[in-house]
Amino acid sequence: MTQPSIEQVWEWLGAIPDPEIPVITLVDLGIIRDVAFHGETCVVSVTPTYSGCPATSMINVDIETCLRDHGLNKIELKQQLSPAWTTDWMSDKARAALEEYGIAPPQAKGTPARCPRCGGDHIEKLSQFGSTPCKAQWRCKDCLEPFEYFKCI
Amino acid sequence: MAAEKNLLLEFLLRQGDNALILGHRVSEWCGHAPVLEEDIALANTALDLIGQTQMWLGYAAEVQGEGKTADDLAFLRDAWDFRNVLLTELPNGDFGQTLMRQFLFDAFQSVYLARLLGSSDETVAAIAAKASKEVAYHVERSADTVVGLGDGTEESHARMQAALDYLWPYVGEMFESDAVDTAMAESGVAPDPATLREEYDALVTRVLTDATLTIPESRFAHKGGRTGQSHTEHLGHLLTTMQWLQRAYPGNTW
Repeated sequence: MTQPSIEQVWEWLGAIPDPEIPVITLVDLGIIRDVAFHGETCVVSVTPTYSGCPATSMINVDIETCLRDHGLNKIELKQQLSPAWTTDWMSDKARAALEEYGIAPPQAKGTPARCPRCGGDHIEKLSQFGSTPCKAQWRCKDCLEPFEYFKCI
Repeated sequence: MAAEKNLLLEFLLRQGDNALILGHRVSEWCGHAPVLEEDIALANTALDLIGQTQMWLGYAAEVQGEGKTADDLAFLRDAWDFRNVLLTELPNGDFGQTLMRQFLFDAFQSVYLARLLGSSDETVAAIAAKASKEVAYHVERSADTVVGLGDGTEESHARMQAALDYLWPYVGEMFESDAVDTAMAESGVAPDPATLREEYDALVTRVLTDATLTIPESRFAHKGGRTGQSHTEHLGHLLTTMQWLQRAYPGNTW
């Protein structure tokens, strides 16, 4: 096959859902930092969200599988530590998708803007940690439902 | 040059082993914490620490240059090879003691990693940048919990004071410095921890005062972990669990 363009590869990668939060893609999350061809090898640089996030290996497998399915067979995944991932890199599209899905998107001030279920703003923190390393647990005092907040880092 | 490499390796093992041994200790709580939220928080903290271990020991293995991996360093060394401070290997005790140990360590990490951000070694700086974001959450939670339990009921206050009295003599070792630290400071890789004690004391005193706890006066320090000279008897027991699979089936892979 002829070598696809970098834009084409980004488009393919842009369809891969996050394994833990499937309503956002890896590209939306901002963890794919670079795509380049070194000769015939497609080199994808990925930065981890949290250093011990168990989804990291799954993400690597998903990227490799996606590119193989599109006919690439020389693939190299590079872990890029610096600059460290920040929720600032998350796209607006992803933030809206998170809220729609029931997870309050990250806010610069460090606390959720409102309850993603009822929109109420009487909210309280239950725990700085949640079901995945990237989330905290909050509760809405208006609708009394607990919800997850995507931590700002 | 060889000496320099060995000193850097020693420094990296100290960072990696602190994260690994404390990470393993904290993971022992998984499924046993008093409430679900605390269980999740402890497991997440352990996970971050194991992730940090992979970065530190991964780089240590690279610097060592013998073709080893982070896993080899974690699972194929014995007690005398470990370079973690004694504080990290102490048993969990009750929930309060675990959180007090976590706070005393998190406070050190938050001060130390902040300095490593400016390390002359690019990889050290990158690992510190990643880890310090996680540690910011760890110290916020452990400090909050220490205050909540210290300034809590008579029972929780007494337990937190007992935990502090037991753990305080292990704080001093984090600020011990030797030839490795001098070399790291001279080459700009890492600060001499002895110079950070004042900043640490200010942070810890503020939180422990809020927690209505009394810091023991004695500065006596148990040491020997970060030099590998004499670990406590607890490390060997921890390793028999953590390294069980490699000891039972040497070289087995996942």
